[in-house]
Amino acid sequence: MAAPKKIGLQTVYFQTPPVIIAAASIVGPMEGEGPLSKYFDKILSDTYYGEKTWEKAEQRLMQDAMKKALQKANLQEKDIDFILAGDLLNQIVTSCYTARAMSIPFLGLYGACSTLYEGMAIGSMLIDGGFADRVMVAVSSHYSTAERQYRFPTELGVQRPMTAQWTVTGAGAALLAREGSGPVITHATIGRVIDMGEGDPQDMGAAMAPAAADTIKRHFLDTGRSPDHYDLIITGDLGAYGKILAEKLMNQNGYEVSERYTDCGILIFSGSQDVHAGGSGCACSAVVTCGYLLEQLKSKKYKRIIGIGTGALLSPCSIQQGETIPGIGHAVVFEAR
Amino acid sequence: MSKSIVSESQKQEYAKIATHFRPRPRLWRNIFWAFIVGGLICLIGQFILHFFLDKGMDVNTAGAATSAVLIFVATFLTGIGVYDEVSRFAGAGGIVPITGFANSMVAPAMEYRAEGLIFGVGHRLFTVAGPVLVWGIVTAWAIGILYYFFR
Repeated sequence: MAAPKKIGLQTVYFQTPPVIIAAASIVGPMEGEGPLSKYFDKILSDTYYGEKTWEKAEQRLMQDAMKKALQKANLQEKDIDFILAGDLLNQIVTSCYTARAMSIPFLGLYGACSTLYEGMAIGSMLIDGGFADRVMVAVSSHYSTAERQYRFPTELGVQRPMTAQWTVTGAGAALLAREGSGPVITHATIGRVIDMGEGDPQDMGAAMAPAAADTIKRHFLDTGRSPDHYDLIITGDLGAYGKILAEKLMNQNGYEVSERYTDCGILIFSGSQDVHAGGSGCACSAVVTCGYLLEQLKSKKYKRIIGIGTGALLSPCSIQQGETIPGIGHAVVFEAR
Repeated sequence: MSKSIVSESQKQEYAKIATHFRPRPRLWRNIFWAFIVGGLICLIGQFILHFFLDKGMDVNTAGAATSAVLIFVATFLTGIGVYDEVSRFAGAGGIVPITGFANSMVAPAMEYRAEGLIFGVGHRLFTVAGPVLVWGIVTAWAIGILYYFFR
């Protein structure tokens, strides 16, 4: 017997769509100067956030985002069944260390910058599957911790190519629940890992675009929908050049998306902020989704949005050994209620 | 090694599209600013050198003293977070002079200070400069041998 809630090859639908009852977003100073600043719950004045190291600052970011989401929903830790969280650091330490301060069962996730969307897909499955009433999904990234891990020490003078993206400092948390009011999640399309042979870690948009396009195509095939079913199609962090490539691939697949398609990495910064191709990092899609997108759904400006969290599944070691960069995209469908 | 689900011909076709849309580096702008900033650093060095020569140092001593001053200034500017902004803008102009070498030593020292003096700073101090030193010394050694036999 086929799985009752699965449609097509990669898509699941939720019989009782989980409700996003609250969401919180915290960002660093640079993101706070960007065009979406009024949608964020908190903007830091410095990237250390009162801590001794950037790693500790990132933990505090994630913890504060979770607490803010709980506070907005007027709930306590004991009301939450599971935390699903992830980040970019080795062994997802930000999430693990943040979870040690929360008395909520924890499942760590890694989907690189797609982690929020991976978490929302799994969280919705847990709720609609009858395994949880409320699930917290949280992710974080920090420019300085990511630079140190993936690239160079922050104070080293290097010239970045035009395709390079700027890791967003911030954290986003979303509370999914079986009951309540707010936008709902109706479908999720789980991505395949696609590696088109791109190997430049300074051009991750090109590495991730095929994965995003593949997931979108699969979503339309599985559901029988077309791009005009959605008011907005938004990818996670392809940046300016990755977006062009994704659009090109979608056109090749026969889907015309141009007017309704954008990317979180493009929205979060303005062109004058010297971030080259745009934002990236777990927090990029997370703060844009938890801050801006959900607000648009609440105000009914958009009724149906498909978001595709995108991730570049590389490590510094894999790149140094000459490996190419596999990409992934997970799609989640939001509807205003 | 695990293979990709994507075929080689699909990869090649995508590589064409990706190359077509990839922005070209702003070569002339980068070369211009590298020349201006790098040249300026050398000019300042020249002034410092002449200052020491005027004070009565011989050329070798004055050269060493000049390097020390430039390294100190670059180290200081790295410490207050200015040097990386200069190099980001000036590219090779900030990286090639001795000041760039100083920056490449101090930046990791600052970065890994949080991991302690021995296993943080001590272990990682040469993460950026290490390859340059190792292969610079190997090359000098090879040239030295050639020089010994063929002079």
